[in-house]
Amino acid sequence: MALLLGIVGATQSWNVSLAILNLCLISAVMSLGLNIQWGYAGLFNAGVMASTALGGLAAVLVSYSPVGEAWAVGGLDTGLAFITLVSTVLGAWLIRKKVPEGSIRRVIFFVWLLGGYALLRHFYEQASLSIEAVDPAQTGFLGGLGLPILISWIAGGATAAGLAWVVGRVALGLRSDYFAIATLGISEIMISILKNEDWLTRGVKNVTGLERPVPYEVDLQQSQWFIDLVIRLHSADPNQVSEEAFQEMVMSASGVFVKLCYSGFFLTVLLVILGLAALALNSPWGRMMRAIRDNEIAAAAMGKDVTNRHRQVFILGSAVIGVAGAMLTTLDGQFTPGSYIPLRFTFLIWVMVIIGGSGNNLGAVLGAFITWFTWIEAEPVALWLVENLNSFLSEQNPLRQHFINVAPHLRMVVMGLIMILVLRFRPAGILPEKNTNRTD
Amino acid sequence: MDSLNAIVLLSNYVFIPSLVYGSQLALGALGVTIVFGIMRFANFAHGEMMSFATVSTIFITWWFQSIGFTTGILPTALLALPFGILITGLLVWAIERSVFSYYRQRKSKPVIFVIASVGVMFMLNGVVRLFIGTDEIIFMDGLKFLIKAGEFKKWSGLKEGLALKQTQVLTVLLAILAVSWLFWFLQKTKMGKAMRAFSDNEDLALLSGIDPEKVVRATWFISAVLITLAGVLYGLDKSYKPLIYFHLLLPIFAAAIVGGIGQPLGAILGGYIVAFSEVTTTYAFKKFLRYLGPEGWSPEGLVQLLSTEYKFAVSFLILVLVLLIRPTGLFKGRVL
Repeated sequence: MALLLGIVGATQSWNVSLAILNLCLISAVMSLGLNIQWGYAGLFNAGVMASTALGGLAAVLVSYSPVGEAWAVGGLDTGLAFITLVSTVLGAWLIRKKVPEGSIRRVIFFVWLLGGYALLRHFYEQASLSIEAVDPAQTGFLGGLGLPILISWIAGGATAAGLAWVVGRVALGLRSDYFAIATLGISEIMISILKNEDWLTRGVKNVTGLERPVPYEVDLQQSQWFIDLVIRLHSADPNQVSEEAFQEMVMSASGVFVKLCYSGFFLTVLLVILGLAALALNSPWGRMMRAIRDNEIAAAAMGKDVTNRHRQVFILGSAVIGVAGAMLTTLDGQFTPGSYIPLRFTFLIWVMVIIGGSGNNLGAVLGAFITWFTWIEAEPVALWLVENLNSFLSEQNPLRQHFINVAPHLRMVVMGLIMILVLRFRPAGILPEKNTNRTD
Repeated sequence: MDSLNAIVLLSNYVFIPSLVYGSQLALGALGVTIVFGIMRFANFAHGEMMSFATVSTIFITWWFQSIGFTTGILPTALLALPFGILITGLLVWAIERSVFSYYRQRKSKPVIFVIASVGVMFMLNGVVRLFIGTDEIIFMDGLKFLIKAGEFKKWSGLKEGLALKQTQVLTVLLAILAVSWLFWFLQKTKMGKAMRAFSDNEDLALLSGIDPEKVVRATWFISAVLITLAGVLYGLDKSYKPLIYFHLLLPIFAAAIVGGIGQPLGAILGGYIVAFSEVTTTYAFKKFLRYLGPEGWSPEGLVQLLSTEYKFAVSFLILVLVLLIRPTGLFKGRVL
């Protein structure tokens, strides 16, 4: 893998290579999270995207500085809407608890919910209208807390875990493919909420210019120590190369430096999570999870609470994916709800886990690296192929243009093909799960 | 007069669109349900199969148009439809032979089938785009409107117009035709009975000498017919966009589960439930209420339960509710 990235570095550029590496690292964290759910416990979670997006939202809400004006005009109504929501839910819960079952309870319950909804709608509409009217080209949303963005990685995990708790209450205990459809649906609902609740997320207007945990390229290019570093690394005398060539050198070096900083952060997170995951897998808890996965009935007969354990593992896995989602938004420096599509953020992660080896943590990481690398590099390779195969077609041939336009879609075909082939001929993946059931 | 206006308004914007959309969903959900009833897995590639079927029909339509083989009034795609079904049938049969049959012989868990279908989904998604790109394609030709809004207004003297597109009528007619054919097939023919027996109890069916290979082949062919019909009718009525077909998968699943997966009747009912709730919850009833209320009165706000952007989310809210309250669906599922 390092060799492949090296080849890209040498042939395309080191910046491209490091950009791929960073996304590989993030994908590895995501596929570790999914591996906890699927590999350890056999849960088919088709809602990976929701955790990722919530992690991204957490990054925005933690790091963006609060928009004071929006709070001033809409804060009161937002607070009231929130209080209404909480009291409606609490009241509904109390009614279910206290009032004896029967048609009276049903009527009270229904009326309570309807009233709560009407009140909520009232406050909510006032709040969202006034907030979204605040300088819509720049802000138009409440903003965040203005804390360092690194904190959001933890917050992202926590938010995703919170959602997973709710989803788990609804969907766990369903048959595996029902569970898949339900999670897929919930993730789509989440995305449409993120796209449309402008007061919270700016919706499709995107949040850009998030704070970065690493220095900016422009600042680096101006600081003396960095220029000295470049000179030392290239062992070149700035007087000997031309001014432009030197500028070029500093610019590309600053890009590489920033990406390396990110890689350092991501690698640390990946190693920590990998270590924890490995510890968990080899602990009595991990043994129990595998026992439940392999035979739910037998495990239940041994006194294991299957649904609760499933919920636990679902929350843990989603939290890991949420961390990765926050990391992704940090790397991009922007939050774009429109870019979350299930093919890329749910099913591609599935390909990673299946290829790498379900149940094997290292396998999940390897699968993530291979898959992401193929996903990115399939396009230039396909273009190169098209160029060469097309050489017998004339420049003006419309077919030639068509092939060049559609070449990027070849990666979908390649991904699907790899997935089907692996599932058929090596169902355990490249690094199969070690058989830990044997004690000898 | 006002109440007539209100009725026309509602049928133009709510009733007819949901009826048409519901028919398209019902056809899609029937395909999902038939495959589920026999092979016991949720086919995630269903949306992409619909996309593929539509694209192959589009290509044949273009070819027909280029040689001038058109009717003038009916859309050319209707002539291309049988060929689209044939191509789609060949495709799903190839997929069945190369991917799914292996897991069936090994009696793999349903989840493995689902993962395999995700792989198929990826491949078809790519293949379709390799052929046709990602642009929006309108392949409807022939007569567009049967009733035009303006003409209706003139004829009836009402303030509200009623428009009826040819594709809308075609969709409902073809859906009725396909569904009656399907029920006749399942109830009356030997193969249909074999399929129902197989779906009810696989082991018993095998013991009575039913050939599972034949049942599976018939199932895929029927689903290919339904897939092509649903895909082409949707594409004719709206337009063809590759991305939309993936998104259609979600309401289709919702429809199949709401009705009780594995139940053809449930799939049809589920399709209409999903379509009607999607349209009614996102329609602004302001104008409608204004007609019904006293003269000069107008309701505050748009009287809209959810904003239109949440259209797709509605089907999932229904899905989640059904899963919570009645996980088997309206009709108890899993038997054809």
